[in-house]
Amino acid sequence: MGAGHGHRLFFHGHSLVHRAPAHLKLLALLGFMLLVVATPRSWHAAYVVAAVLLLAVITVSRVPVTYLAPRMVVEVPFAIFAVLIPFIATGPRTEVLGVTVSEPGLQAGVALLVKGTLGVLASLTLAATTEPQDLLRGLQRLRMPDLIVQIMGFMIRYLDVVTDELGRMMTALRSRGCDPRSPRHWPTLARSLGALFIRSYERGERVHLAMLSRGYDGKLPS
Amino acid sequence: MSTPVLDVRGLAFAYPDGHQALFGVDLHVHQGERVALLGPNGAGKTTLVLHLNGILSAHTGGHGAGSVTVSGLPVGKEHFKEIRRRVGIVFQDPDDQLFLGTVRQDVAFGPANLGLKGAALDRRVMDALERVGMADFVDRPPHHLSYGQRRRVAVATVLAMEPEILVLDEPSSNLDPASRRELADILRSLDVTVLMVTHDLPYALELCPRSVVLSEGIVVADRSTFDVLTDEALMSAHRLELPWGFDPRRIDSLPR
Repeated sequence: MGAGHGHRLFFHGHSLVHRAPAHLKLLALLGFMLLVVATPRSWHAAYVVAAVLLLAVITVSRVPVTYLAPRMVVEVPFAIFAVLIPFIATGPRTEVLGVTVSEPGLQAGVALLVKGTLGVLASLTLAATTEPQDLLRGLQRLRMPDLIVQIMGFMIRYLDVVTDELGRMMTALRSRGCDPRSPRHWPTLARSLGALFIRSYERGERVHLAMLSRGYDGKLPS
Repeated sequence: MSTPVLDVRGLAFAYPDGHQALFGVDLHVHQGERVALLGPNGAGKTTLVLHLNGILSAHTGGHGAGSVTVSGLPVGKEHFKEIRRRVGIVFQDPDDQLFLGTVRQDVAFGPANLGLKGAALDRRVMDALERVGMADFVDRPPHHLSYGQRRRVAVATVLAMEPEILVLDEPSSNLDPASRRELADILRSLDVTVLMVTHDLPYALELCPRSVVLSEGIVVADRSTFDVLTDEALMSAHRLELPWGFDPRRIDSLPR
């Protein structure tokens, strides 16, 4: 696929991991995640093995860690939750750095954090080494229902269009003295999001008309 | 005379909500003609265009009368596939028309729906892209192209179906002057019948020897573009205006 890459998570490269067939990568990711989730909390060695395996794959893919690390912010909400668990869980207490916390809560929090981090890092690695189009083809090969693959394709295609439209609407709001961040203007913000939804819905109808005009009969040619 | 490529007779249509958009439209377009469809906003131009390939009709909802025939084949449910091959519509917003991951997939979409496969499909795609000068962009995602390039790819998606008539909705809208001229060169180079809906009157004069004016759901004029644009009474009666300083009478070499 020459120049021009579809999404912001992709890191251009030609490593072994980049070239591996998308459906195999998807299966590998799914298997890895299921194993990590199913591993009992006390098997610390298993987590170390999983982490080493993942880091090895990242090394082979030659995607710099500095590229993946900032993108891990997506995990922050879960991380906050994981950090809160030791404080709100019940059970026997223990002391960490001078703070009394719940012991089962601490274990659960750490386990959640470790499992979450491994999962997010593995998904990011897949995203960084696979073009969205290949991912869709991989899903198709794995017999994912055609309709769902089509919907995902449209999502990828129109994400930028809708984000741009939102950006323009926000610029227009700001130009008229509205600050979308201030709670005072949240009603306006809500209304403009409603308008964005309607615009996107209407665009969907126009796209459908354009598809029908070219003989669409419910199946996308592969 | 031969069978017209497009033959619209007494076409009337009211939307399901009761709003009537067309009140008996007659329109004939013959092989090799380039015709401009002019008219103010809300004249029913888009409604007419969507009737040409059966997207809108009395059968799909709403009430209508009259008939549309494409090269002798009446537009109807039984042969939508063939009608949609014969009538290629290029919509105004290229983002509505280009919805797949790469230019190649988008251009292949129509012919693949017609049953083309493999090498024949590939040839059709490259041929269509070459005709609009976009062959080098075949593996690019459409949303990374400029607006003018996307418009040209949108034309290619329809050319790939080898239509008998190319229907363009506002082809020059939102284009910079250079892209607008490039598109004109492309349209002139195509050996295909064209019906062009536009507000861009100089563009109509440049490309289309004949113009049809639609106003409030009926055809009020069907003459040479030069005659229409210089008929001031007709123009002002139907909210048509030439850009400031533009006078068709002062242009010495008009395309005929």
